Amino acid sequence: MQKHTVTIGVFALIALIAVLAQFNVLDAYYVSVLMFMGVNIILATSLNLVNGYMGEFSCGHGGFMCVGAYVSSLCTVLMFSKNAILGAPLLPPSMTFIGFPLALLVGSFAAAIAGLVVAIPSFKTRGDYLAIITLAANYIVISAINNMEIIGGPRGFMGMSATEVGMKSVLDIPWVLIFTMLGTLGSVWLLRRFVSSTLGKGVSAISQDEIAAEIMSVDTNRMKLIAFMLSSGLAGLAGGLYAHILGYVNPQSFDIMRSTEIMVMVYLGGMGSLSGAALAAVLFTVLMEALRFLDVWKWVVIPLLLILLMQFRPEGLMGNKELADLFPKLRKFYSFK
Amino acid sequence: MEIFQHILNALQFGSFYALIALGYTLVYGVLRLINFAHGDIFMVGAYIAYFVAVTLLGIGGLHLGMDMHPALALAITVPATMILTALVGVALERTMYRPLRRKGANRLYVVITALMAGLMLENGNLALLGASRKRFPDLLEKVVWDLGGGVSVTNLKVIVIVAAIAVFLLLQFIVTRTKIGMAMRGISYDKFAIPLMGIPLDTIIVFTFILGSSMAGLAGILFAMSYPILEPYMGALIGWKAFIAAVVGGIGDIRGAIVGGFLLGFIEIGVVAVFPSTLRDLFAFSVLLIILWLRPTGIFGVAQTTKI
Repeated sequence: MQKHTVTIGVFALIALIAVLAQFNVLDAYYVSVLMFMGVNIILATSLNLVNGYMGEFSCGHGGFMCVGAYVSSLCTVLMFSKNAILGAPLLPPSMTFIGFPLALLVGSFAAAIAGLVVAIPSFKTRGDYLAIITLAANYIVISAINNMEIIGGPRGFMGMSATEVGMKSVLDIPWVLIFTMLGTLGSVWLLRRFVSSTLGKGVSAISQDEIAAEIMSVDTNRMKLIAFMLSSGLAGLAGGLYAHILGYVNPQSFDIMRSTEIMVMVYLGGMGSLSGAALAAVLFTVLMEALRFLDVWKWVVIPLLLILLMQFRPEGLMGNKELADLFPKLRKFYSFK
Repeated sequence: MEIFQHILNALQFGSFYALIALGYTLVYGVLRLINFAHGDIFMVGAYIAYFVAVTLLGIGGLHLGMDMHPALALAITVPATMILTALVGVALERTMYRPLRRKGANRLYVVITALMAGLMLENGNLALLGASRKRFPDLLEKVVWDLGGGVSVTNLKVIVIVAAIAVFLLLQFIVTRTKIGMAMRGISYDKFAIPLMGIPLDTIIVFTFILGSSMAGLAGILFAMSYPILEPYMGALIGWKAFIAAVVGGIGDIRGAIVGGFLLGFIEIGVVAVFPSTLRDLFAFSVLLIILWLRPTGIFGVAQTTKI
């Protein structure tokens, strides 16, 4: 029983938050902050796979998020809402329970495929040159969507809220919040499983020494392909959730600024630490809200904090350690699944 | 005939990219550091030029009783801006990059610091000066030369193109023909052996930052004169693009920065000439992606051999 404390605790927390949100103890503002926290956790942990564990410098994570957001939004709008171009809803609102997760999955797959744009050049290219490719990929995604008038172009795309309305019409509980929390939990679990598996060790080996890894029979190209596609796929999931939280997306919200934000979270938490990235995502979201009173000075103070962090604790909050490495007693409370 | 007009425009745009790309490539060539703040140093350069110019012309908030002739003001603004912008670059080096270098921190931490320094410059400017855009005063009387057949060129365009080429030749000379240039190349080759040879590492690095930042300052003035509306985020996009240009040319190589800059200029103007202008970024970045795909180390870059 003791071994399952953490697992039970996490699910209890999710249930508690859902119940509190249901009975309006948490008002809409806190609920939205919690949902963005979840999205940020997915983004930070998934980028950490590439930037932390694999030791590459990807600075275009926002682009993959954008692909996921648009593709899953298109799916739900096609299925459940009335749109001038896509026409009347194809499915009744009661199908939203299957349709919404499915749309998120489709979005993730699309983002993973988009990840190929970076993954394939990474076979030959490393370091700074690969960083440019990710940067260019981000710009390409943004300007491609800016040029697609059919999905709104720079004006953005909307109509995703019909999905939540559909789900609520069947059972009135905060569905998007629940899906966001489950998505966050699922992707952190997936990443945890991945980095502790043989595949994950292969990815870490690439960051240590690529040639040595190859000699030790690690198929580096396959590792890179898997790592990039998993990372961008999860970014796509985060994008899909983000789009359905807001009910509106526009390409500008996924530009290089967003990618920078995600990078900040990764380096704040510490490269190569999943719990660090998750913790940093929570901290960063809270900080962004807490510093709201600073107005325009907010984006002067946050970079300054990060510069100071780099000067005095460059390995980030957690370094490359996990929470369980710092508090070994924690290990008693979970069995590794 | 229209094509000549496009070529001139492409050369002008390419000159801006090249001037900024030179700063990226110089710092990278010496320190192996992507100085992500460089695009914002360019923005700071444009703003410094604005404040110097309005003060000299006596139209700014600060009245020193100087109502200079625009030509004289221009003659003072150019060196003053270059010096002040160089100071900004050196200040970044001294306060942020050097302490990290002394500690022997991972290269990545320096890159993050640079990225954050850029954000601070952008948003600090926004917070201090407000969101209203500044109009750069006219310092140069516009002269249009008609080359016949509907092709015309302004004196400013010629100055921009000539400045980019002159700066390229100057930097190429400094890096390949002088003692200090030899030291710069030496540092990029082996950072640990160079101090043993009695070469002051920090002095050379500061010199590199002075060169790179003053070129960004020059680009800032020329850009402000060509497109006289200044805003805090003007350096972000052009900076990222110039960086991509530097990498496509082969980062760390002066020739690469020039070729990459002009290539990007030609691609952008070429796309706008044929397609709607909104497709400019899409095509430009796709072409750059394909170039990097085919030649992973850029046009002039040399593949680094990894020793086992």
